[in-house]
Amino acid sequence: MSDFNIQYVARLARIALTPEEEQRLGDQLGNILGYIAKLREVDVSGVEPMSHAFPLANVMRPDEAGESLTQDEALQNAPSRSSGLFVVPNIVE
Amino acid sequence: MLHRISVTELSGRLARREVSAREALESCFAQIDRVDPQVKAFLSIDRADALAQAEAADRGLASGEAATRPLLGVPIALKDVLCHRGQPVGCASKILEGFISPYDGTVVEKLKAAGAVLFGRLNMDEFAMGSSTENSAYWTSLNPWDTTRIPGGSSGGCAAAVAANEAFATIGSDTGGSIRQPAALCGCVGVKPTYGRVSRYGLVAFASSLDQIGPFTKTVGDAALLLETISGHDRRDSTSLEEPVPRYRDFLGATSLKGLRIGVVKEFQIGGLDPEVEASVAAAVKHLESLGAEIREVSLPHSDYAAATYYILAPAEASANLARFDGVRYGRRVEGPDPFELNSRTRGAGFGPEVKRRVILGTYVLSSGYYDAYYLRAQKVRTLISNDFNKAFGEVDAILSPTAPTPAFRVGEKASDPLQMYLSDIFTISCNLAGICGLSVPCGFTSSPKLPVGMQLLGPALGEGTLLKIAHAYEQSTPWHRDVAPLG
Repeated sequence: MSDFNIQYVARLARIALTPEEEQRLGDQLGNILGYIAKLREVDVSGVEPMSHAFPLANVMRPDEAGESLTQDEALQNAPSRSSGLFVVPNIVE
Repeated sequence: MLHRISVTELSGRLARREVSAREALESCFAQIDRVDPQVKAFLSIDRADALAQAEAADRGLASGEAATRPLLGVPIALKDVLCHRGQPVGCASKILEGFISPYDGTVVEKLKAAGAVLFGRLNMDEFAMGSSTENSAYWTSLNPWDTTRIPGGSSGGCAAAVAANEAFATIGSDTGGSIRQPAALCGCVGVKPTYGRVSRYGLVAFASSLDQIGPFTKTVGDAALLLETISGHDRRDSTSLEEPVPRYRDFLGATSLKGLRIGVVKEFQIGGLDPEVEASVAAAVKHLESLGAEIREVSLPHSDYAAATYYILAPAEASANLARFDGVRYGRRVEGPDPFELNSRTRGAGFGPEVKRRVILGTYVLSSGYYDAYYLRAQKVRTLISNDFNKAFGEVDAILSPTAPTPAFRVGEKASDPLQMYLSDIFTISCNLAGICGLSVPCGFTSSPKLPVGMQLLGPALGEGTLLKIAHAYEQSTPWHRDVAPLG
């Protein structure tokens, strides 16, 4: 677990942490990773991974327009909006 | 004492016009005014909206609609994770502060169609991550049996509100025990349906392969009624099962359990179980045997790995699901010079410690170089856990255990050690991993202080009817459900 780098993973997760949070979360996650490492004891050779409780099949429907939110409803919770769009900082200068 | 009666009794009285929907709702409000300053189950309540629904229900009752709408006029409250059009949905998180749902989830639609008066936002652990409500960004709800203790979680507000008789029933969600554990700790009935039994459309996603919506009720009969109301296939949730919904109430009323085989799990005879919990559950096993059930020992050999498996898979799924909280489309935003900084600052300020812990853990186990060692291995162990249940359900019709290893613990007792908190879910977690159904029903009390104890019944996929049959026969021949909490 020595290779768990809290700063690197928090960056991947897009979560800004304070130095105190880095310290505390790093310690706690070290404990948790130590616990979950017990799965290494299990012999999983030849076992298929399970991603869902039941086998999933593709669900298809005709490509027809149905009811949906209006543009105004879809934008009603946006922290910043303009001209029917979400506003974000400049990406390209 | 109108607020204390069951949904089943209330709906009968409403249909006979002995009481109005408005009176029923006002009995909840009066009780909330009396006890919620101590219990703190509700984050918010839109009383005007609820009263308007109650008045509409009274008009429906006057024109005889009760015959086709079994919940007409029944006040039911919702966990703050379910979308109810025009009402806030916050998952008890600061990052969703101010969010108003633009649509109704399927469960909300079904409850409305059945006539329920839906009110209130019930407290929970933030994004349903926790076992005590101590991870709520707002406050910790308290147990109506002892307000120095937690009500369980994550749906702690749901359980506390039912135990305090602030709502006739509530609707919550269960990803690793979040319905069954608080139901046990507060002394009510809670059902985690089979994965896919109830549509998740309109449920804010935590771990999509594990989440299910289910009811909290005062009685097993009420649980059957609510479960048949909210179940069913939904084209908006591709994981919902295309299976007919039985009339679950038809499973109730048996006085003998002859012919049913109930399993007790060899691997659950572990240390660390509270002695009074152990004694209550042992007595319940004897009682079920006296009702005619055959008790058999079954083995779930991979039980000891369920918590470790869960705490890889659930955070992994959460890290993907919670990526949507980016400060752009909804919720709180902390500005930044570029999108990366905006996202990171928003999430750093908007998520609480447990959510950060799990999203970072989930990101790690999915990251390049670690995926096979953690995530893929956990998915394989999940298969083994599921196989264990399939084998056990070849031998028995249901499996019985404690719902939680201890009664309600004190506020703060486990808050500083996330791992200890995780281990309070050891009996409930494997049910979600296997996708099977489970419920918790009261089976006794500790002596001093007097705290509820719950037993868990697990059944195979779509085995809810049998679980309700067993739980109802047990409930009707034991006194536990008749006791009212000091703040009830």
